[in-house]
Amino acid sequence: MNQASPSPAPTHRRADHVLIERLRAIVGGDNVLTEPIDLAPYAFDGTAALKQTPACVIFPQQREQVAPCVAAITQAGVPLVTRGSGTGLSGGSLPIDGGVALVMTALDQILAVDTANLTIRVEPGVITQRVDQEAAKHGLFYPPDPGSQKISTIGGNVAENSGGLRGLKYGVTRDYVMGLRVVLADGQEVWLGNQCVKDVAGYNLKDLFIGSEGTLGVVTEVLLKLLPRPAARRTMIATFAQIESAAQAVSDIIARKIVPCTVEFLDQMTIRCVEDYASLGLPTDAAALLLLESDGHPAVVEEESAAMRQALSDNGATGIETAETEEEADRLRTARRAAFSALARVSPTTILEDVTVPRSELAGMVRFCADCAQKHRLRIGTFGHMGDGNLHPTFLTDERDADEMHRVELALAEIVTETLRRGGTITGEHGVGLAKKPFLRQQLGDASYELLRTVKRSLDPQGLLNPGKIFD
Amino acid sequence: MSSPQPATPGDPTPNLLQTMDYSIVQQCMHCGLCLPTCPTYNETGRERNSPRGRIALMRAVADGDLPLSRGFAEEMDYCVGCLACQTACPAGVEYAQLLETSRAAGEQAGLLASPSRSVYRWLGLRLLMTRPWLLRLVARLVAIQQQPAIRKTLYRIGAMWLAPKTLRDLEPLAPLIDPPFSDARIKPFESPRSKPVARVALLTGCVQDIAYARVNRATVDVLLASGCEVVTPRMQSCCGSLHAHNGDLDTAREMARRTIDQFDWQSEQAGPLSFAQLDAVISNAGGCGSHLRHYGELLKGDPAYAERAAEWDKKLRDAQEYVYEAGGWQPAACLASSAPPSPAASPAAKPRLTYDASCHLCHGQKVVNQPVELLKRLPGYQFVPLGESDWCCGAAGVYTMTQPEQAQKLLDRKLANLRIAKPDVIATANPGCMHQLRLACREDAELAGVRVVHPMELLAEAVSN
Repeated sequence: MNQASPSPAPTHRRADHVLIERLRAIVGGDNVLTEPIDLAPYAFDGTAALKQTPACVIFPQQREQVAPCVAAITQAGVPLVTRGSGTGLSGGSLPIDGGVALVMTALDQILAVDTANLTIRVEPGVITQRVDQEAAKHGLFYPPDPGSQKISTIGGNVAENSGGLRGLKYGVTRDYVMGLRVVLADGQEVWLGNQCVKDVAGYNLKDLFIGSEGTLGVVTEVLLKLLPRPAARRTMIATFAQIESAAQAVSDIIARKIVPCTVEFLDQMTIRCVEDYASLGLPTDAAALLLLESDGHPAVVEEESAAMRQALSDNGATGIETAETEEEADRLRTARRAAFSALARVSPTTILEDVTVPRSELAGMVRFCADCAQKHRLRIGTFGHMGDGNLHPTFLTDERDADEMHRVELALAEIVTETLRRGGTITGEHGVGLAKKPFLRQQLGDASYELLRTVKRSLDPQGLLNPGKIFD
Repeated sequence: MSSPQPATPGDPTPNLLQTMDYSIVQQCMHCGLCLPTCPTYNETGRERNSPRGRIALMRAVADGDLPLSRGFAEEMDYCVGCLACQTACPAGVEYAQLLETSRAAGEQAGLLASPSRSVYRWLGLRLLMTRPWLLRLVARLVAIQQQPAIRKTLYRIGAMWLAPKTLRDLEPLAPLIDPPFSDARIKPFESPRSKPVARVALLTGCVQDIAYARVNRATVDVLLASGCEVVTPRMQSCCGSLHAHNGDLDTAREMARRTIDQFDWQSEQAGPLSFAQLDAVISNAGGCGSHLRHYGELLKGDPAYAERAAEWDKKLRDAQEYVYEAGGWQPAACLASSAPPSPAASPAAKPRLTYDASCHLCHGQKVVNQPVELLKRLPGYQFVPLGESDWCCGAAGVYTMTQPEQAQKLLDRKLANLRIAKPDVIATANPGCMHQLRLACREDAELAGVRVVHPMELLAEAVSN
C-alpha cells in the first residue's frame, strides 16, 4: 500500500562515486549496476504499488565478499537493503532511494547435506524448491513451501520467516533453521545456533534474526533441519454450503487427534474465479471449498483420510472427492493452486493480504471480509490456510482509481482491526515491511513496540540496514 | 505510481509504448514467478534480462521515467520471445503483445539501425516476405544452388566469394529448399473418402511452404483421415508473424489483411473459400499459429477488418490441437505396421520417438498435451519423454541470426537433454525448430542419425501404412 512512505531519514547519504568504486573493487566491476536502465528493474519487489530506485545494485560472488561490502556501505553512512529474488509481498526488500541493494542470488551453493544428522547447509541465494529437491535425493524432506518456492531464496525465507501450505503439521521456516551465519552492520561476521538439536548456550540470537526482514544483519549461510520424506500422501477436496460448517469440520478433524499436513480453503468469490479460469467443474454455489492432505506412513495415511472424510460428512459437506491416483490428486490440488492466478487476472491491481486469526475465529473472520467487501463496494476473494488460520483476503482493484484505492485502505484498516480484536496478527507469513508498518503499533500496544526499537538500535546504531521497514 | 504521462516535455510525438493500452503493463504484479522460466534471466541473473524486468523498463518508458534508448531496444532484442513467461504468469500478462509493441517502438525510432541491418531488414521483411511469387522464385534458385554438385562447383570456382560475407556465413545454415511447393502437392479442394464431418482451410505458410511442403501434404492427409474436407488457397503469403515479432507492425497488419482476404467473406456464397462454411482454419507451424490467433488484437484499430479478424481468431486452430479434438484420426492397425526401421513386437526394439515442444505452440497457443497424446498412439514407436521439452531450442524465429551467442547456449542445453533421451526420431511442430534441430543433430556425434520430423508426418505415415 502506498500510504507508507519509505523515504529514508535525512541523515542517510546517497551512494557516491567513492563507495561505488570500493564496491567494484570487492565484487568486480561486472557485478555492480549503476545505469538507470539496469536499476529500474530493481526498484520494486512483489508488492503492489511500491517503487524506490537504488543508487547501485551489487551481486557478491563469494560469501567472503559480503562482510567487506557491508562494512564499506555502513562506513559511508549509506542505507543497505538485502534482496534475494525480490518476491516479497510486504515491501521488505524494496530498496531505499539512493541506497545500495545487496542482491544475494549469485551465492547459490548447496554446501553440504548431512544424512547422519539430517541437516543441509546452504548459501542464502539457493532457491527454496532446490533445498527440498536436494533433500529428496537422500530420501529427506524440507517442508516449508511458500507460494513463490520456485524462485524465492532461502535467505529471503529466513528474513521473512516464510510459511506455506504445510504450516499446521510442519510449521514454518523458523522451525527448520538450526544455524545462521550473519554479517552485522559493522561488517563483523557471527555464527548463531548449532547443529545440535539441544543447544542452550547463551541467548537464542538466531531466532532474533529469523523474520527480522534484513533490519539487523545480512545472512550469508543457513543450516537447515531436514525430516525423513513421507512415504505416502492422500488428497481430498470437500465443498460446503456454509462457511461455518467448513470451519467446524476442520475443528472436528483436529479434535479427533488428526493433524493433516494441509488444510486449504477457498471462499465463494475465489471458487467462482477459479471455475471461470480453469473450468474444473467446481460447484459455484458452494460457500467454501477445502483441500485436505494427509501424509506419512501409508497405513496411517489410510486411517487418517478415512477419519477426515468422516468428519467432513458429519459436518454436512455437500461434496467430498478423494484422489485415487497421483494424477487425480494433482487435479484436485489445481483448485487451490490456481486460486491466486484466477483472482490476479480479474483486475489490473491485485493486493494480497495476510491477516491471521486463531483457528476458532476463522469462520467469523472470513464472513467479516465478505461483508467488508460489500460495505465498501469492493471485490475481495479470500483463500488461505485454514489449518493455521492464515488468510489471504485478496483485493481485486485498480491503482489508477483513486476513489476505489481509498475504499481499499478503509476496508483494510477495518479488517486489521477485526483481526486484532479476534486475537490475531496483522501478518502471518508475508512480514511487516512497508505494507503493514502503519498497523504494527496497533498490534504491539505495550512496551514490546519500543523493545523492537531497542534491539534495532543496539545492533544497527546508525540505522542503515533496511531503514524504515517494520517501524520508523 | 501514476497513470502514463503523455510524453516527456519537448517531445511532440509519444512513442508506441506511451500510446498503448496501459492496463497490460499494469497487469504485471512483479511477483517474479516468470523468472525461473526465462532463458535470458537464467543466463545472466539480472532483472533487466527477465520478463518482469523488461516490463518494468516498458512501464518506465511509457511513464517517461526512462528514455526510449538504444539500450532499451537491445534489451528487447535480447529477449528470446519464447513466451515461457506467459505460461508461468499467474496474472495472465500478454507479454507477446508488450514485446511486439516495444520492438516496434524501437524500430520506429531507428535505435538499432545500421546501414547493413536496414538493407537486410528491407530485403527480408519488406521485399521477400511480402511477395509470395518472389519468395518462391528465390527459393527455386536456391534449390538449384543447394544441389550438392552445383554447390561444390560454386565454391570451387570461387563464385560464392562474390556474395556478401553475411550471406556467405548464412548459406550453410539455410534451410534445405524442398520443391515441389505446397500448391503442386495439394489440390485447392480435397475430400475425404468417407462422408465429410467438417470443412477446414489449411495455411501453408512461407518458410514451411518452400522448405517443408511435405509437412503441409502430410497435414492434409491427416485431416482427410480425420474426415475433413480441406481447402487450400493458392500462392499464400507470409501471415506476418515474422514482421510482428521483429518490430514491423505496419507490415504485419498488411500481411494479416491479405491472409484474411484469401477467403470469401460474402457468407451467402457457399464456394470452397467461403469463410462462413469453414469449421476451422488450420496452421501447422507453432510460431505462425501463435500470431495468427491474435489477428483480432492486431487489427482492432482497422474498422474495415476488426470484425473479420475477431471472427478469424475464433476459427484458428493448430493442426495437432484440431486433429486431437476432432478425434477421427486413428493409426492403421498395428499388424499393418510396416514401418521400415523395426516391426518387432517388443516395445524396446521399436524406434525411440520423442517430442520437442515448439515454444509458441505450448506457451503461445497453450497446445501442450495434444501432440504428445497423438504421438503416443503411434504403434510403430516407443515414446520417450524429453527433459525440458518446453524450454526453447534457441531457434526462436531469427534469434540464431540476431543473438547467435545466446542461441547457441540454448541449443547446447537442448542437445544435452536430447542425449539423455536418446531418440531415433524427434517430432517438433514448427519449421524453425525442425531446422535448428536437424542442423544441430547432423553435427552431433551422438545424435547424427536422428530423424527430425513434424508430428503430422508421422501421423500421415501411420495412416498410409
